[in-house]
Amino acid sequence: MSDNVILQMKHISKRFPGVYALKNIDFDLRAGEVHALLGENGAGKSTLIKVLGGIYHAEEGEIEIDGKPVQINSVQDAEKNGIAIIHQELVLVPYMSVAENIYLGREPGKGILANRGQMVKDAQKILDELGMDIDANTIVKDLPIAKQQMVEITKAVSENSRILVMDEPTSSISDKEVENLFKIMRDLTKKGVGIIYISHKMSELEEICDRVTVMRDGEYVGTKVVKETNKDELIALMVGRTLTNYYVRDYQEPGEEILSVKDLKDGKRVHGVSFNVRKGEIVGFAGLVGAGRSETMQALFGLTKGVTGEVYVKGQKVNIKTPNDAIKYGISLVPESRKEQGLYLVQDVRYNTTIEILKEFIKNLRVNEKKEREITQKYIDLMATKTPSQNQTIGNLSGGNQQKVLIGRWLSTNPEILILDEPTRGIDVGAKSEIYAIMNDLVKTGVSIIMISSELPEIINMSDRVYVMAEGKVTGCIEHEEVSQESIMQLAAI
Amino acid sequence: MSDTKKAGSVAVSNNKAMIFLKENLGIIIALLILCVFLSVFPGTSESFPTVRNVFNVLRQISSNLLLACGMTMVIILGGIDLSVGSVIALSGVLAAGCVSRYGMAIAPAMIVGVLIGIVFGAFNGAVVAKTTIPPFIVTLATMNIARGLAGVYTGGSPVRVVSDEWQFLGAGYIGGVPVPVIIMILVFIISLLIVNRTKMGRYIYAVGGNVQAAKFSGINVAKVKFFVYTYTGFLAGLAGIILASRMYSGQPTAGEGAEMDAIAAVVVGGTSMSGGSGKLGGTLIGALIIGILNNGLNLMNVNSFWQTVVKGVVILLAVFLDYIRNIKKND
Repeated sequence: MSDNVILQMKHISKRFPGVYALKNIDFDLRAGEVHALLGENGAGKSTLIKVLGGIYHAEEGEIEIDGKPVQINSVQDAEKNGIAIIHQELVLVPYMSVAENIYLGREPGKGILANRGQMVKDAQKILDELGMDIDANTIVKDLPIAKQQMVEITKAVSENSRILVMDEPTSSISDKEVENLFKIMRDLTKKGVGIIYISHKMSELEEICDRVTVMRDGEYVGTKVVKETNKDELIALMVGRTLTNYYVRDYQEPGEEILSVKDLKDGKRVHGVSFNVRKGEIVGFAGLVGAGRSETMQALFGLTKGVTGEVYVKGQKVNIKTPNDAIKYGISLVPESRKEQGLYLVQDVRYNTTIEILKEFIKNLRVNEKKEREITQKYIDLMATKTPSQNQTIGNLSGGNQQKVLIGRWLSTNPEILILDEPTRGIDVGAKSEIYAIMNDLVKTGVSIIMISSELPEIINMSDRVYVMAEGKVTGCIEHEEVSQESIMQLAAI
Repeated sequence: MSDTKKAGSVAVSNNKAMIFLKENLGIIIALLILCVFLSVFPGTSESFPTVRNVFNVLRQISSNLLLACGMTMVIILGGIDLSVGSVIALSGVLAAGCVSRYGMAIAPAMIVGVLIGIVFGAFNGAVVAKTTIPPFIVTLATMNIARGLAGVYTGGSPVRVVSDEWQFLGAGYIGGVPVPVIIMILVFIISLLIVNRTKMGRYIYAVGGNVQAAKFSGINVAKVKFFVYTYTGFLAGLAGIILASRMYSGQPTAGEGAEMDAIAAVVVGGTSMSGGSGKLGGTLIGALIIGILNNGLNLMNVNSFWQTVVKGVVILLAVFLDYIRNIKKND
């Protein structure tokens, strides 16, 4: 990392109708550094990046590159100034080859004829230089997500980008792939590229970042050198208060067995899973991505066809063929992928809260709107969801508040067994802690929770017992007293 | 006590009306301007604002609105139904054939016509619900099948029915109001009730908005799809016999392009083609705008080719208006 500042953003302000999305933000990036941008959802990180990328236009403020003021009014302006943004959702053309994607819109060759041979050769050269194990002729859709991300990075490098923005690049790739990504990031910084890194994962900051800038509610809070700060200080800066109890859990003696699953199989990813759950406990499910945890719960919930095995609820053998059967037996499932499996994004908070229990207020061609509002308000209050009104389109809420609405929806069916699949993925620390507190309250009232999570600290600090799965089977069950990262990983990795 | 309750529910429904007004302000203003213009413009000020002409317009839009009610639901569901125009022809010729060729009584013959619509709708619905074949393709196929069968059955010429009883549905009056207009109002109200006041109505939005989430919600997605396409087929069958009744005959070319007019009304009414959102109220306004515009141009003696051009321009303007509003919302 040098002291050579390549990007300086000064006093950036951006207003949306009625609200300041960004208020007087200062940010600078040096050549060869990885600079983290940290903040809760809604803090303004994405807005700032969109200003830098030419998608939004800031009303006030200046951007300087290499000390010279520049105007960035379009994506093309940003590219011209060597800025490349790698979005969370990748934007490659799936049916084109890697090389074609890298050179899209600037194919080498004369006139209208693209020189394909040259293009493939050039692309392969850059890929090899960056140490990426990718063939330039591969069709992009055949690559795993992590590799697609690498193609995006290669594309940015090939455009001679010196300012690289990465928006939560590790949210959907495995640990090993993260290692590889970090290695490539380090190589890039050695070449003088500056990287702006957005992530919610604190452990990553320590590993890869040099400095960190914290934002809150659209305002600049401070910039720290990563080596001179710690997790608690950063969290305090982000949420504006010190979180004394991040994980909230009062352990109690669990009650009698409420759910027992024996030899569950779905013929695909679940190969004979058995486990049990007692009243008022949180049972964690740990394992690597692809271990079959979500598939197990979906099979239990009646979402999969051709499931075999035995399920006992309160000692009674039950036959669950559809989610409605599961709901009838007091089982709820909050799925792992909020936007794809959970939310009706164009609908409002009320619609999203009440969709499971329409029969309580829609009868004989009459909608009891008063009751509908009361039910919605009950779960807004219970979950402490922050929303301007019940009529707010849910797509406009932050991830944490979306998740709260979704959990509220599934509590509305009065479950005795609540399955939470990655309940805190991609949400900010403040909301995470609130969800832990709600889980703690729920088990105290006698609800049992099954929590699938890939975040080990969450599993370790919240669970009474932890089942570990690998390759579609339970490889062990660890009691609260013995649970640790090591004991879990030993069972998870085969 | 009961008074305050009443006041509360009135306030809620007023609120809903306000939201509807706000969301559809553009097309509502367009509709009003159109009506005012036709009422004062020298060429139409005498003929447009008369009771007779108003009923005339309503009768003209009646079959389009029947189709558009179903089409709105199909499009909210994230689908499309191209077959409705052809089903109009098939149900019309078969109903007429039942009377003129087999000597059936009028009422059962008309029920046969409606049943044809239900059968085609149910077929579309079953295929769309049970497979992943895109609805566009499925209904493109049934569109051709229905149109072809109508031609096969008639040999290409109209099947005439000469009887006053037969004409009642399409050309009759009840209390001075044309029967098709009464049917249109009934169908519109029933559709409104389905969409806004039943669980099925909410499930339509859920399936159209996020089919995977709907499955996780325990919604029977196949049942919802099957219902919506079947209902749309039923409305197409109904429109078919009304049209055949008005024209004294089942015509193999009836309803050509009617599916596109229905889609136009839905789109002008502000329902998004991507599914998950939309309102029947908007569709009503959309159908009215298109119908009144045609009527106005007719009264001005503009030829029908130009009317088609104008219809196209109106569709473009409507979606452009929507586009502008979305940009403002997002920036």
